[in-house]
Amino acid sequence: MDITELKKTALNIRKQIINLTADKGVGHTGGSLSETDILTTLYFEIMNVDPEYPKMENRDRFILSKGHSTPGFYSTLAERGFFPKKNLNEFDEIGSMLQGHPCMHKTPGVDMSSGSLGQGVSVGIGMSLAKEKFGLDFKTFVLMGDGEQAEGQIWEAAMYAGANKVKDLIGIVDYNKVQLCGTVSDILEVGPLNEKWKAFGWQVLECDGHNLQELVSYLNKAKELSDNGPVVLIAHTVKGKGVSFMENKFQWHGKAPNEEERQKALRELGSNQ
Amino acid sequence: MNIGDKIAPRAAFGDALVELGSERDDVVVLDADVSESTQTAKFGKKYPDRFYQIGIAEQNMVGISAGMATMGLTPWVSTFAVFLAKRAVDQIRISVAYANQNVKLNGAYGGIPTGRAGATHQSVEDIAVMRCMPNMTVICPGDPREVKQAVFSATEFIGPVYLRTVRCPVPVIFDSTHKFEIGKSYQLAYGRDITVISTGMMTPKALEAVQNLKINHNISARLIHMPTIKPIDVDAIVKASRETGSIITVENHSKLGGLGGAVAEVITEFAPCHLSRLGFPDVFGESGDDEKIFSKLGANVESIIDAALKDCKKRTAAA
Repeated sequence: MDITELKKTALNIRKQIINLTADKGVGHTGGSLSETDILTTLYFEIMNVDPEYPKMENRDRFILSKGHSTPGFYSTLAERGFFPKKNLNEFDEIGSMLQGHPCMHKTPGVDMSSGSLGQGVSVGIGMSLAKEKFGLDFKTFVLMGDGEQAEGQIWEAAMYAGANKVKDLIGIVDYNKVQLCGTVSDILEVGPLNEKWKAFGWQVLECDGHNLQELVSYLNKAKELSDNGPVVLIAHTVKGKGVSFMENKFQWHGKAPNEEERQKALRELGSNQ
Repeated sequence: MNIGDKIAPRAAFGDALVELGSERDDVVVLDADVSESTQTAKFGKKYPDRFYQIGIAEQNMVGISAGMATMGLTPWVSTFAVFLAKRAVDQIRISVAYANQNVKLNGAYGGIPTGRAGATHQSVEDIAVMRCMPNMTVICPGDPREVKQAVFSATEFIGPVYLRTVRCPVPVIFDSTHKFEIGKSYQLAYGRDITVISTGMMTPKALEAVQNLKINHNISARLIHMPTIKPIDVDAIVKASRETGSIITVENHSKLGGLGGAVAEVITEFAPCHLSRLGFPDVFGESGDDEKIFSKLGANVESIIDAALKDCKKRTAAA
């Protein structure tokens, strides 16, 4: 997909996030908007996936370790064709295939259930190690939050993967610098992330997490580097990206827009086309 | 393995894994630096390419196992029960149980016997924690032979399993005709006056107690060995309640939430009768000789006999 098409796709996903959260009155809007360009690049350019065969053996795996940002994840999966967009309307409803946090047994395209922070990298290591055993050829991508970097398990996993040079494992940090109760530096400073991951034996890349051209090039580079051991891409993003009144506001971590806010957000996104 | 031989279940577990490894190449073993103690090192020596030394990081170990299981491997995750079932409980809950992955968890050093390590290492709550987790099967084998059979049964079963083993030597009570099945209880002694329901390493003790009750006190005590705590054999419990009118449970675990809790739930709902729960009171353990701690906490052969005598006396007086 060329960059213009990728941009259009990312915009569609952003609008879908706004509509989905506004329709249902729930959802993690801020982090969904910050991860949108990363997910768009992964699902429309980087990852080997086939919505017709969501369980394809050699598919690249994706784990949403920051499991709460499902409006962004589900909107991306629907946009990619894993399930009809009309199903998005089931989000968070009882009996729904779209749970508040990802459930691998309910949603096509979800490779791992998640929701309790910190668990994704370990699971990704397990997938990568098993892949070696079976002689399969794929990459495992794990999308983490920045606040999530405070979880101890992340660093247990980082230490293991670094020490054992686990191949084909790519971590991505959606580094939007804002978490549930405030900014990351106010809650608990997690930086310097670059130096920390490097010290744990990972190859570290850093890029603008909203520049699609850069994301394509850095994620391709990450794939290449992952032949030698684990790679983490620190993607600098903006919480609530694309909607001025949501940007950089922790209040939009887990809040859905009301009708007036929806219209305002859609107008802003539309004018950004 | 002959009746009466004293073998540490951890040794039986380690041997069973080695045997399993030759039959199933999808079986991998993960350890958090206790494999010399839990005896999974034997598997590691035989199959080094299927043995993963994760380091002292139980949460990561459980997460890795879940990722492996999504790919079709069958991981046995093994460490001390106290760390596995509590330190990594959220990883077990989300990445294993909620994700419903085919991961087998060996909670070694279950209960009091920990080589005098004391309260920090005595896992007295793991059955309770694991039992209330959806999708989880909980097994507590009674002797070394059953440990071995349970390792194979748990591996054949598809889904998360928590297998609890103990450190200290336990006498072999089952002969080669014994066939462990998940969810099934075993009546080891027929009795009409009272029922003793035991699990894990307390079953050999319970067997001694019911024999003593018969010979020395003329009490006909039924003994039901309950190696699967979840799903529990409801029918056997209901039948025992209706036929003997009184139940004593005995376990190497807190009285809260373990076998005693499970039996209490069943009889309260389906067939109320008197119940005495033998296990550990709601206190932390301590260092010391295993048997002395069992005696101090009221979970040994004498405690079972005392509880049975007290109950029979009470019921005779009431009649």
